[in-house]
Amino acid sequence: MAAPALLSVRGLARPGLQPLAFDLAEGECLAVRGPSGAGKSLLLRALADLDPNDGELSLEGEPREAMPAPRWRRLVTYLPAEPGWWAETVGAHFADWAAAEPLVEALGLPAASRDWPVSRLSTGERQRLALVRALVQRPRVLLLDEPTAGLDETARDAVETLIAARLAEGAAALWVTHDAGQARRLARRCLKVEGGRVTEDAP
Amino acid sequence: MSYIQLDVFDLALAALLVILNGALSIALQLRLERQLFIATLRMIVQLFLVGLVLTTLFTLVSPGWTGLAALAMVLFAGREIMARQDRPLAGLWSYGLGTGCMLVAACLVTVFALTTPVQPEPWYHPRYALPLLGMILGNTMTGISLGLHTLTTGLVRDRVAVEAQLTLGATRRVAMLPVTRAALKSALMPIVNAMAATGLVALPGMMTGQILAGVAPGEAVKYQILIMFLIAGGTGLGATAAVLACGLRLSDRRHRLRLDRLAPARE
Repeated sequence: MAAPALLSVRGLARPGLQPLAFDLAEGECLAVRGPSGAGKSLLLRALADLDPNDGELSLEGEPREAMPAPRWRRLVTYLPAEPGWWAETVGAHFADWAAAEPLVEALGLPAASRDWPVSRLSTGERQRLALVRALVQRPRVLLLDEPTAGLDETARDAVETLIAARLAEGAAALWVTHDAGQARRLARRCLKVEGGRVTEDAP
Repeated sequence: MSYIQLDVFDLALAALLVILNGALSIALQLRLERQLFIATLRMIVQLFLVGLVLTTLFTLVSPGWTGLAALAMVLFAGREIMARQDRPLAGLWSYGLGTGCMLVAACLVTVFALTTPVQPEPWYHPRYALPLLGMILGNTMTGISLGLHTLTTGLVRDRVAVEAQLTLGATRRVAMLPVTRAALKSALMPIVNAMAATGLVALPGMMTGQILAGVAPGEAVKYQILIMFLIAGGTGLGATAAVLACGLRLSDRRHRLRLDRLAPARE
């Protein structure tokens, strides 16, 4: 008998999104493509249970409703295209900066960025630091909304390498991207979102 | 007790000051004269009516009529809370939540004051109950409306920051804490400032009134301190209850931020 999928989604629906189903295995990356406003972010938000939605979701066979929402979101973590910040400095957003530092450096940022004020960060710095903020909690499923949109090629490659390493360790990801090349590099499967309808497609 | 009674001529003389303001507004084209006139008229009519009502209530000393007057005061204050919100809760919640918290807090504190420190005979005597409730209610109303206003506008403004914490697995209480804190701070700031500045910058109205009516300043001061405690208690209780309840209403059991439960923004 096959092991249960890491993430199983059945009948997921919410306003702006027609019912859909898919499975995600360990180590798998699913590219999510489609025009702006088609419902890609709505899909990721529903998966993270951030908006009211219907459907049967489970992680390693454990139903979503059986666990408290905060625990679900630690395991199935959504990273928005424009991540939010709630404190003055970068370091204040990390419970354990020592654990974050190697990841920060792997993404081409200095360890001293801990003391940077959030208000001075560039878009690309925000994206990379928010990714680290999510990764230090070791989520099983990453819901990434254009995580490399504001990055140069070097930084983009560093992000792709870091996520690939996590996938190799048994995580899985949904990755929203407008870049066909990136979709082919990362994923063997692709979800196409158009006008709230989600279909599976080759990348 | 001795005090100087006023007649209509004394009031007319003082009204000249407001008329002077109106004349200035016309001369300088400030366009305030209309509002000033309406407000002055409302004040005169409303205060005379209240005078009549209080006179009647004081002769009746009936728990039923006193309670009815108190209820009317609470309902008017509730409407005032709702009117001061840019983004009230949708539906009946917008009136019910603020009014309910105010009703409980103000009544608890007033009944506490009447049954322990003041102890008139009977305890519900309107000469004590209604002025006390009025003072507590006015301040609790301000506290609750400031608290709710700061909470709702803060959650709308900081939605992305609150959701950032939620996506990382924070509970709704933790994620909303910065906004909750700011809301309760702005709710309690007026009474904190009033307590800190009172006596130095301004003499409180009630104390001044008692002194004008012939009460010895030392006695008036004791009454004022009691009132300040009651106001602080009522404002703190009411605002905390209202802000926490509103925070719960604007989130759900799956720890989602539910700004869809706010009424649409006003133009």
